[in-house]
Amino acid sequence: MIHEAIAPNLMVPELGHYALILALCLAVCQAALPLWGSFTGNRVWMASSRSLATGQFVFVAFAFACLTYSFLHDDFSVVYVANQSNTLLPDQYKVSAVWGGHEGSLLLWVLILCGWSLSVAAFSKEMPLEMVSRVLSVMAMVGVGFLSFVLLTSNPFDRHLPGIPTEGSDLNPLLQDFGLIIHPPMLYMGYVGLSVVFAFAIAALISGRLDSAWARWSRPWTTIAWVFLTMGIALGSWWAYYELGWGGWWFWDPVENASFMPWLVATALVHSLAVTEKRGVFKSWTLLLAIFAFSLSLLGTFLVRSGVLTSVHAFAADPERGVFILGFLGVVVGGSLTLYAFRAPNVKSYASFGWLSREAFLLLNNILFIIAMLTILLGTLYPLIADALDWGKISVGPPYFNFFFVPLMAVISVLMGIGSMLNWKRTEVSLLKRWLSPALIASVIFAFIIPFFIGSGGYEWGAVLTVFLGSWVILSMLSDLRYRLRNAQTLRSGLGKLSLSYQGMLVAHIGVAISILGVGLNTIYSDQRDLLMAPGKVVEQGGYEYHFDGVVQVKGPNYVAEEGRIRIFKDGEYYTELKPQKRRYFSSGQVMTEAAIDVGFWRDLYIALGEPLEDDAWAVRLHYKPFVRWIWLGAIFMSIGGLLAIADKRYRRKKTVNPVASKTSASAV
Amino acid sequence: MSRFKLFIPLFIFLVLAVFFWRGLSLDPTRMPSALIDKPLPTFTLADLNDPAVMRTQDSLKGRAALLNVWATWCVSCRVEHPYLLQLAEQGVPIYGINYKDDVTQARQWLKDLENPYVFNVVDADGRLGIDLGVFGAPETYVLDKQGVIRYKHVGVLDDRVWRETVGPIFEQLQ
Repeated sequence: MIHEAIAPNLMVPELGHYALILALCLAVCQAALPLWGSFTGNRVWMASSRSLATGQFVFVAFAFACLTYSFLHDDFSVVYVANQSNTLLPDQYKVSAVWGGHEGSLLLWVLILCGWSLSVAAFSKEMPLEMVSRVLSVMAMVGVGFLSFVLLTSNPFDRHLPGIPTEGSDLNPLLQDFGLIIHPPMLYMGYVGLSVVFAFAIAALISGRLDSAWARWSRPWTTIAWVFLTMGIALGSWWAYYELGWGGWWFWDPVENASFMPWLVATALVHSLAVTEKRGVFKSWTLLLAIFAFSLSLLGTFLVRSGVLTSVHAFAADPERGVFILGFLGVVVGGSLTLYAFRAPNVKSYASFGWLSREAFLLLNNILFIIAMLTILLGTLYPLIADALDWGKISVGPPYFNFFFVPLMAVISVLMGIGSMLNWKRTEVSLLKRWLSPALIASVIFAFIIPFFIGSGGYEWGAVLTVFLGSWVILSMLSDLRYRLRNAQTLRSGLGKLSLSYQGMLVAHIGVAISILGVGLNTIYSDQRDLLMAPGKVVEQGGYEYHFDGVVQVKGPNYVAEEGRIRIFKDGEYYTELKPQKRRYFSSGQVMTEAAIDVGFWRDLYIALGEPLEDDAWAVRLHYKPFVRWIWLGAIFMSIGGLLAIADKRYRRKKTVNPVASKTSASAV
Repeated sequence: MSRFKLFIPLFIFLVLAVFFWRGLSLDPTRMPSALIDKPLPTFTLADLNDPAVMRTQDSLKGRAALLNVWATWCVSCRVEHPYLLQLAEQGVPIYGINYKDDVTQARQWLKDLENPYVFNVVDADGRLGIDLGVFGAPETYVLDKQGVIRYKHVGVLDDRVWRETVGPIFEQLQ
């Protein structure tokens, strides 16, 4: 046993468990009382939603803190801690190990859900109490489902008694990494953040109130969830890139798809909410998207944790959990779609608009994003469906996804450039011709010229297309900016008059262009070589010379590693030294490849150590990855754009202000 | 009448839910492997009982053998275990892949239930499982002397399966 002085307090896990049970009780109250109050007009019950949300957050946060305490004090009497941690694990990874497995990550899910409820409670002063109480009540229903899931099937506080192990089996080395400290919380903030707009949609269906004020309240919550989801997915892709040692940044793995589908729907939702707010149309459609976005988050949870699909990310399969999540999915999605079917506004909205209008293009945007989501959904579920129908075992690979996804994205980018230039209702063709022709001509010129200067292996038509799409999006956005500034006295005063949401839209769309350039050019010009390198051997790739100086042994806190020493020369001059590692972790004996990367704006040099061969020679994999940073840089732009849009002042006006006043900042989407 | 179309999303979801339910209840018991008559995928994985020892696909060559995928979370594996012990006693070499499992529990399992395996490799993140196309535990592969996969059985290996399919194939390779 451990020394008295550092022995963990054995009561702490019990307190955490108890706090979770109390949180469940509060969640049940929060689901029932405010909703009942909103029907009977009892203001006290309605107002209780805010304090109940606070209480629920406090208890779940306490439980989370208890679990973190058990990790930091190596309390291996807790099964989950013994499975995920180890005394040698560095402290920051002990903290991130809290969400490294199924039980803890679910607790994080619940904590974030309570965090969102709390923020809705805190930042909803301008909303009618009735609406707030219904939104919080719906969120609490989701909370009840997840808290019972944690308590009934996946309790992180279960004990190993008697026979406490003296050592834990350690966190999966793949997860012992900075990327994993921040990737899951970000992603969950996005996933769970979609529950807010879902709750808004359900509250609107219950009350039948669905006007532009409703859309204005929902928009910032949708956008912030979208920002988190964007960052979460980008971080996951960045993590896979440097940690898995394969040099890839997207694998069309079922779990990646599970995070990408809600993103696509959330993107569509962000755009359709704009139309609902400004023009009061597409109402039923917007509601349906809000339900879809959150349903897909739940579906992702189901796919990852039930073991119906194989994936590198999947948690150990457990049919009991699968049944619970499927049941929960059935209640949430089935219930909300039934409510939708009976209550959604079925009035045909006669707000007329021509085909060359912002409404029409945003509708096209929505249709294309939904098609993209459905193709991915079909590709992800096809193995499951084929198996259930006895069509044999089929796995759907990247060629399928790329075949559909690349053309869809190309069409979306072309339309994006035109769409943001358009007015509501209708636009003259001559206006487009006048303002967009220069952008079109310039992008075509760039598209044909730039591929001459990048890449040495000949002229690539894929690169022409990529550069065209990227430049078209950026230049058309700039043309739109020029158009809006045409009457401004000075550039400065003109920019000052543009609303923050308009600026956000520009930045986010430019971000999309940057990501497109990154994805396209990286895919086309990446170079990868598997080489046998003996000490003293020199290899050339992409204008760099690699000198292999052999392998040395190094020791980390919980692993030993063999570290390759590779000096890199450019144009005969010493440039840098890279040290890729092959680590063996003590407790599990797992071997991990730790790639060494020289990061650059235009390209990455990426080296992974393979297997040792005879006579001190090693198999070494050299990657030359041009433009790979642009992929994530684009995501950062998109997120900044989203944040700018949320910062727009019109979301902070009091409810007394006349809705007509929103026309003053109406230039924005 | 036009309200009818608002039921379409619900209807689509219900159809999907039926497939999910089937996916949960009928965990695939039969899977023709794409790897039949192909050599084992390459791997370098730690030995279960001695993490300092690294095993590769070459460690399995030399004689015809069975390669069994198992885990402590897999209830059917516990059912299968006594039969594997019986086979091992008859001199059938069995190698194990401890699949997506907890290493401590796996060692305890072998201590408690006896060890039929020549050795086990730890496939904690399931990477080898993905290369092999493992759909769920237990699964058993029949390997020839060169380490080429000759047959794959998904599900519990019992006396009937051994007499009817796996056994004759294994005898042929001897």
